[in-house]
Amino acid sequence: MYKLFLRSLISVLFVLGFSLNANAEFKVGFVYVGPTGDHGWTYQHDEGRKAVEAAGIKTTYVESVPEGADAERVIRQLAQSGHDLIFTTSFGYMDPTNKVAKDFPNVKFEHATGYKREHSNVATYSARFYEGRTLLGHMAGKMTKTNTIGYIASFPIPEVIRGINAMTLAAQKVNPDIKTKIVWVFTWYDPGKESEAAQALIDQGADIIMQHTDSTAPVQVAEKAGVWSFGQASDMQRFAPKSILTSIIDDWAPYYVERSIAARDGTWKQQDTWHGLKEGMVAMAPYNSAMGDDLIKEVEQLQKDLASGKAHSFTGPIYDQKGNILVAEGAVADDGMLAGMNVYVKGVEGDIPQ
Amino acid sequence: MEVQLIKIEKRNDVSRSIYFLTPVLAIFLTLFGGGIIFYILGFNPIEALKFFFITPISDLYGLSELLVKATPLCLIAIGLSFCFKSNNWNIGAEGQLIFGGIVGGGVALLFYNHDGFYVLPIIILSGAIGGMLFAMIPAILKTYFNTNEILVSLMLVYVAKLLLDFLVVGPWSNPEGFNFPETRQFSESARMPILFEGLRIHAGIFITLITVFLSWLILFKTYLGFQIKVSGLSLKTAKYAGYKGKTMIIIVFMISGACAGLAGVGEITGPIGQLHRNISPDYGFTAIIVAFLGRLNPVGIIFASLIVALTYLGAETAQIFLQVPKYTGQVFQGMILFFLLGSDYLLFFKIKFLGLKKNEL
Repeated sequence: MYKLFLRSLISVLFVLGFSLNANAEFKVGFVYVGPTGDHGWTYQHDEGRKAVEAAGIKTTYVESVPEGADAERVIRQLAQSGHDLIFTTSFGYMDPTNKVAKDFPNVKFEHATGYKREHSNVATYSARFYEGRTLLGHMAGKMTKTNTIGYIASFPIPEVIRGINAMTLAAQKVNPDIKTKIVWVFTWYDPGKESEAAQALIDQGADIIMQHTDSTAPVQVAEKAGVWSFGQASDMQRFAPKSILTSIIDDWAPYYVERSIAARDGTWKQQDTWHGLKEGMVAMAPYNSAMGDDLIKEVEQLQKDLASGKAHSFTGPIYDQKGNILVAEGAVADDGMLAGMNVYVKGVEGDIPQ
Repeated sequence: MEVQLIKIEKRNDVSRSIYFLTPVLAIFLTLFGGGIIFYILGFNPIEALKFFFITPISDLYGLSELLVKATPLCLIAIGLSFCFKSNNWNIGAEGQLIFGGIVGGGVALLFYNHDGFYVLPIIILSGAIGGMLFAMIPAILKTYFNTNEILVSLMLVYVAKLLLDFLVVGPWSNPEGFNFPETRQFSESARMPILFEGLRIHAGIFITLITVFLSWLILFKTYLGFQIKVSGLSLKTAKYAGYKGKTMIIIVFMISGACAGLAGVGEITGPIGQLHRNISPDYGFTAIIVAFLGRLNPVGIIFASLIVALTYLGAETAQIFLQVPKYTGQVFQGMILFFLLGSDYLLFFKIKFLGLKKNEL
């Protein structure tokens, strides 16, 4: 009996909450994993939020939300306090997002980099960062003197392995002798660990440093050691002006604006978005003139071809480390294969940590 | 030149009621200080404080969340009070929590897709034992090798964290999870029962309440509790009375570790439901503030854990409604501790002005 009472009490409270907010203006909420000043992942999401705000839509954000038990409460509070669309911008928010979505069928949810869409009001989105890695590989293959590329990797998930493979394939195309050395740091953001990894790679002869982590530490170490580097997530040029050849920029702004307007106008639909250079979700920072005009022209052409679909990051023949064929000559890898990628291509040193 | 001379003297007549009232004073001073900070940041202080301390708990869901957040803090702080009362400085509750979570989580994975009422109790028990064993490392090193327990217990936090990282990235990662650093979701039989549908408050709160009662019993009604208090007040007296210091050190660390382990297992079987790298947002460290704010007293700790839990919830609501930076929550925790320690100092010592004297330098 008392359970029934409580249940009705709770639903009355929920309904009350809804009706109080029914005539409120349209609002979009953002949940960030880091501080807005991290100069990487969260910083770029916040730039996207500002673009939504500039488009005349009210936004709210909560920063530094741990991916543990707290995430569900924050997402629920945003839903309860009248937000109509909520972007949860880290992989660890996947299950909490779906759980809250179940209880708020009228609120739309967008989860970045995840794969679960358990309810019709949950969409997922991510960017084809690997297209940027292909450009990095081309530059790295041309610029390296030691034929050794150092790669700081976060977690052995498909997204990171895809980046390593795309980069290695592109570098091999212009320089068959290159080797990719990888250090796994098992973190997305830890300036201390990242700089140690960068130093270790430089000590092993790498003269190009690349990172799939979010702090500016690796490019700063590279600048000091006088080797080339690439920035991650946002334009990190000002942290290593001599060393950085370019940065891969995550530009979420157009997507956030488009989806917010769609949700406001009632045209929002569940979908799984995977945008790249073509749509502008992946963009490149200005190229360092130290590369020389010829190389810059080559890279700009490749960037155009990747965007138009004339070139593809994973064009066959592609072999795994043991020499088995992964993608046949003339074919390109389909999205299913890319989404589940869990082997290295030939030319990458070491094993994927299991 | 003449200078004012100051002498600091110990007070001998500290009243008990004032001793327990200073935390309340510290909280009021924090509210006042917080209001000033909000004012400087350009917010209406009254409105900001309302969003910070009232809005989060103005509905059933908020109250439930407050208890969800306070449960681990209270458990850990209760355990820590045994150590701190007896002058043993266990700073590594965070590591003991994580290790308890690892052991409990491992058992939960072992019982994956296994039904039965006995599953959850076994998981909870193994979590407590895990935390207990982990806390015995600094205790044994202290008693037999004279190491410093502050350093050892603190460094072991990193050991536990790295071990958890290793397990969720490698051997225990979800086989269907695309290598993401997390385990499978535990089966229903391994989850804490939810008390009210639609809320997250779970059966872990009963474990906490039982622990509070037991610790009160031990501290105030047993010989062990008496020994703990005497050793805390004066180690020499304890030695003179013939107490076995080594056994007591190990026991208080075991109690403290078991409580932290329970908190860890409560988090993973309660609101989280799996193991991943972020099972605790530094509960083990925050609980140190809770323990002192609660005067190392079981009942005081209950109130202290609720207040500190509220600073977390308040920081979130204040950011949602007013876009106040979220770190104000940590500033509030810091202020509470600062004002408490400050008023304690004035409580136990008095400052005497000895008048002006000629400076001979």
